[in-house]
Amino acid sequence: MLPFQLIIRNLSKSYGELQVWNRLNLTLDSGQTYCLMGSSGIGKTTLFRILLGLEQPDDGSFSLEPSPGCKLTAVFQEDRLCEAFTPIDNVYLTAGSVLNRRQIIDELSRLLPRESLTRPVSTLSGGMKRRVAIARALLSPSCGILMDEPFTGLDERTRHLVIEYVKEKTSGRLLVVATHQEEDMQALSGILLCPFDVISPTIQTAPPRLC
Amino acid sequence: MSPSSRIRKIVILLFWVAIWQTAAQLIDNSIVFVGPYPVLCALFNLLPTPGFWLSVGSSLGKISLGFLAAFLCGLAIGCLAYHFTLLREFLEPIIRLMKSVPVASFVILALIGIGSENLAVFISFLVVFPILYVNTIAGLENTDQKLLEMAQIFSVTPAGRFRCIYLPALLPYLTSGCRIALGMSWKSGIAAEVIGIPSHTIGENLYMAKIYLSTAELLAWTIVIILISALFEKVFLLLLEKGVRLCFRFS
Repeated sequence: MLPFQLIIRNLSKSYGELQVWNRLNLTLDSGQTYCLMGSSGIGKTTLFRILLGLEQPDDGSFSLEPSPGCKLTAVFQEDRLCEAFTPIDNVYLTAGSVLNRRQIIDELSRLLPRESLTRPVSTLSGGMKRRVAIARALLSPSCGILMDEPFTGLDERTRHLVIEYVKEKTSGRLLVVATHQEEDMQALSGILLCPFDVISPTIQTAPPRLC
Repeated sequence: MSPSSRIRKIVILLFWVAIWQTAAQLIDNSIVFVGPYPVLCALFNLLPTPGFWLSVGSSLGKISLGFLAAFLCGLAIGCLAYHFTLLREFLEPIIRLMKSVPVASFVILALIGIGSENLAVFISFLVVFPILYVNTIAGLENTDQKLLEMAQIFSVTPAGRFRCIYLPALLPYLTSGCRIALGMSWKSGIAAEVIGIPSHTIGENLYMAKIYLSTAELLAWTIVIILISALFEKVFLLLLEKGVRLCFRFS
């Protein structure tokens, strides 16, 4: 995959009176990891939804340049797994075009206990589901992954394991992680993005910045 | 079920049979009210006759045929109507009509139009179709929007979406719809047969029992209907579950 940039131009989004984003400008490089930090309800999920094409911005645009011919995938804030199916089936559903079941089992075994792979997802613990959702996003074909608070519900050791796995699997791709945890950012060696402070009624026209 | 609750159930059942027996003795009129013993005798008299099995087979076959056709049509047309709103709006009055017109009217209409031979097929279809249609749409509307967004993001194939997202949402609605529809198809199918009196059917036998004022035989047939209906429901729901399980499994 050739290097590309995700360029966000003058992006604005509001819900009624509530201005979530106002003329956001950002340029993100592939192969990098960015951490989107900020307190809850500040618009991280909204930005992801817009970048995923699930919502339309009120104004402005974004694009991948030069177009790498693939799309962005995500780890949603909720797991969004097919509960009646096994972790293997869940990953196969989205990554079946590039991986066979054998490979999927090998990959999942790195994050989850072997016996959990053939059980319906509904019987797994919260942390296990989280890992399945992360594995799904990493193993499916994409050129960039947006992760919305991906490490919630994971204990310290698992978190470390998962972060190492994420770093390995995203090489060359664009990774944006929304998180509250500063240590996640350090562990991911991510670049801090906090374009939120511009959204105050008094300085609405000020250009957003990287911080 | 624990042994103690099983015993309790049996005792309660025996209690009501005893009440039935006592009432029959008090009334002492085998036409108006018949006790459990003559009913059992009538049932055992029926069992060895070929006519009995012919009637059961014929009614069961016809009603199941109508049910299965309605199940498939309700499912297929329900899916289409969910997808194409215009089709759904077009079908709306027809579905309302099917749900609100009394079965007896349909029976008479069908008797004039198609005769009594395939009456039960037609009637059980008419009763089952709207139930399955409505439940299919309700199940699909209940599909998790968040999973559909996920499918969109990950470019999941239509077959994958159907199997992993729509089918699990549809299943509880389909099962409860079938449960209602199975019982209704039987009751209305038999009622239609009683009105149309096609030969060698359960309905015809019920009708004959009425003509000859043979209450014991009437109740014996009723027991047969209840048993077959329960069995039919069990078998069908089991097959449905098996079929869905097969779909849940990736190759």
